[in-house]
Amino acid sequence: MHELSIAMSIVEIAEENVKQSNVTTVSEIELEVGELSGVVFEALEFAMEEAVRDTVLKDAIRKIIRIPGVAKCNECGFEFGTEDIYTPCPKCASFDSEVIKGKELRVKSLIAE
Amino acid sequence: MCGTCGCSDENSVTIRKPGEENSTHQHEHDHGDGLVHSHSHDHSDEHGHGQPHNHTHEDNHVHSHDHSDGLSHSHDHSHALEIKIEQDILHKNDKLAERNRGYFEAKNILSMNMVSSPGSGKTSLLEKTIKDNNGALDFFIIEGDQQTMNDAERIKAAGAPVVQINTGQGCHLDADMVNRAVKALKVNDNSVLFIENVGNLVCPAMFDLGESKRVVVISVTEGEDKPIKYPAMFSTSDICIINKIDLLPYLDFDVEKLRNYALQVNHHLEFIELSVKTGEGIEKWYEWLKNTSTKNQSKS
Repeated sequence: MHELSIAMSIVEIAEENVKQSNVTTVSEIELEVGELSGVVFEALEFAMEEAVRDTVLKDAIRKIIRIPGVAKCNECGFEFGTEDIYTPCPKCASFDSEVIKGKELRVKSLIAE
Repeated sequence: MCGTCGCSDENSVTIRKPGEENSTHQHEHDHGDGLVHSHSHDHSDEHGHGQPHNHTHEDNHVHSHDHSDGLSHSHDHSHALEIKIEQDILHKNDKLAERNRGYFEAKNILSMNMVSSPGSGKTSLLEKTIKDNNGALDFFIIEGDQQTMNDAERIKAAGAPVVQINTGQGCHLDADMVNRAVKALKVNDNSVLFIENVGNLVCPAMFDLGESKRVVVISVTEGEDKPIKYPAMFSTSDICIINKIDLLPYLDFDVEKLRNYALQVNHHLEFIELSVKTGEGIEKWYEWLKNTSTKNQSKS
């Protein structure tokens, strides 16, 4: 359940930014979460419900942008969509590839008042 | 609620040396700071014109506009402000981890994050390593468990300085806990620091502690497919210790299969097969440790 510490970090980032920006209420928070980031989306959603309680995010709509995984083969340079980090390159069958997308775990923006 | 793990204060993170069981424990995570906030309010148009209109204001501005009834007016809304953040959620941990890394580098400390499932033999490996070392390397140990001082007691008995981090309900160590533990431990220059993470193949993978090497331990009583079941852990590790090989004759475990699975996830991974119990293969581990430590020393 490391999703809870992630949820708490999201709240912390929001609170810091709200304080700096002289606003008080957040109506929306936009997150980018990669499908290969190691986060279980349902667990994050569940953890967020707990974590936002009595914070600036308590009434905020949570918009989670899911970023599908993309890997690039180190052998032949082919880029392919993947749901895990051990799928061989569909072109040359090499396992030597790097994930280039899908590991994101980012607070993108807030809409605050 | 604790930000690291969601635990209640009673189960908070503690950092203690053996013998300090009854000392008061600390709880130093940042909590929501009790910021007072106002409630959302609606923006019904309260100005007196009969033209219903909808407009959103996502930035901070005052404007005026003409209505078809010929009235011109300006109004100042309360402002919905978009704050661009673009910040990594683990940024704080990563920043602290880099601070730890800098500290280790400055003091010439080889730091190793030991990860595995519970029961694969991390603590036993450390005990044996300490006992067989005969003072050749200067070892310091940070033990991470949810509860108990048991592992710290074992390490202390084996003869190395140790602090125990109890994470309460927490499923992993983070850079902040290690930062505090290192201060409590007073690690020597030119030493080797083992950080034994909480036994868990999932969560610790995401949290950089500032270590120089990540060591994943797997025992042959587990499944060969662990690397592809828990790929994050194996893909972020530098070396894989395959423990309990003395049991191989009694098991259907296929070491080659394990290696192949692990290499699918991480093609740079090195392997050492050993048995902590019989000592078979352990020399290779000591050799790796010595070489890595020498390399670490010569870097500075």
